[in-house]
Amino acid sequence: MKKEMTFEAAMKELEQVVVSLESGNLPLEDALGTFEKGITLTTLCNKKLDQAEKKITMLLEKKDGSFEEKDFVTEEN
Amino acid sequence: MSRVFSVYDVNRYIKGIFSTDMLLTDILVSGEISNYKYHYSGHMYFTLKDDQSLIKCVMFKSSAASLGFEPENGMKVIIKGYISVFERDGQYQLYAQKMQPDGLGSLHIAFEQLKAKLQKEGLFDSEYKKPLPLFPSCIGVVTSSTGSVVKDIINVATRRNNNVNIKILPVQVQGLGSADSVAKAIKTFNLLKNVDVIIVARGGGSLEELWAFNEEVVARSIFASEIPIVSAVGHETDFTISDFVADLRAPTPSAAAELVVPDMDSLKDTVLALRKRLVIAVKRETQLMAMRLSKYESSTAFSQPLDRIYQERLKLDSDLKQITQLIHTRMIEKKAELSNFAAKLNALSPLNIMARGFLVAKGEDNHIIKRAQEVSIGDKVILTFLDGEAKCTIEEMKLRME
Repeated sequence: MKKEMTFEAAMKELEQVVVSLESGNLPLEDALGTFEKGITLTTLCNKKLDQAEKKITMLLEKKDGSFEEKDFVTEEN
Repeated sequence: MSRVFSVYDVNRYIKGIFSTDMLLTDILVSGEISNYKYHYSGHMYFTLKDDQSLIKCVMFKSSAASLGFEPENGMKVIIKGYISVFERDGQYQLYAQKMQPDGLGSLHIAFEQLKAKLQKEGLFDSEYKKPLPLFPSCIGVVTSSTGSVVKDIINVATRRNNNVNIKILPVQVQGLGSADSVAKAIKTFNLLKNVDVIIVARGGGSLEELWAFNEEVVARSIFASEIPIVSAVGHETDFTISDFVADLRAPTPSAAAELVVPDMDSLKDTVLALRKRLVIAVKRETQLMAMRLSKYESSTAFSQPLDRIYQERLKLDSDLKQITQLIHTRMIEKKAELSNFAAKLNALSPLNIMARGFLVAKGEDNHIIKRAQEVSIGDKVILTFLDGEAKCTIEEMKLRME
């Protein structure tokens, strides 16, 4: 894949793939190709859901106008 | 005698003192506007008064341009600026840099003014509302870094998705300058482009405390944002201009977090369900294909491949039989026809006539004599019999009268 799809795009395409396969009027080769694509898309969606990592940061502006990220700590932790 | 100063020098001296005073160079003053004049040059001149005193004020075009409301006589305002001396007139006055309405009456007027203005410009139109991403990889939060709001947002967000990625841009959410602070943070996120959605939030408070979110500069920055913005200011019953311009209004900051962060479990369920449907669909499809295939395989074409040839051969035989029959019939017919002709022919044959006792008479030149007139006494004639000829001489003649 050139540029990785967004989760939205992957989900949308996955839904289209499922619907077109369910319609049952695809030639067999296409149906198998479509199925393969659907499986790839579900894997991608799951990966996207899992790969995000918990990170809570605060952006602090430096004197030169650029920003640095610092972990955000609330008072109690 | 002491030194004598010119008027100008005095005023210059006083101005110098003013400009070194910590309080006068950066001051907040509240009062009621009177004698308001909007000069064609774009500067605003007016007097600020309370029940005991008054002070002259000026707001220059550069500051007046960013004012989100139209000052009116009698309107209560808070002004941020500095106090300095106008040397020519020997008058000190308040140079206003920022001004915001003060007191419920003024705030309501300003709110309605800005709301009407932006509505007319189309900033609230639904066609400009951007959809929120289904699954944002990073969420920007514009709010105070202290207080319960930021904590509420983090708590709700992490409860729904334990791996949520949040970037907080701390801002001043109250008081003069807070609107600029909020607007700048929104612009910063749009510049850095490091979040997929922005929550602009503030906890509950009075109309004055929420005022930053009713200012034009914040409304404009929300409208200009390319990143979708959820506005969550105050309690459920508080409506701010930010709420109207934002792509989505959340009743509370916690609700904003809920709207922005999808519930991981339900998302995973959705993906799983789609995958199940996919597998079922492809299974059904291949089963259907297999059934069709076995139906074809069991057809006669495959089970008895020579059947067709046998069929053809039988048909051929039957055709041949029919043709032979036809020819046979025709021949019998023709034969019957022929013997019929032969019988007719036979009946007409001269030999047949001679058999009955008739003779043919010919002259010596061999022509057939049909009449007695053709011959005379003494002529030689040849009589032809069935079995031979005889040469005779005419001795006597008797002509029959006709």
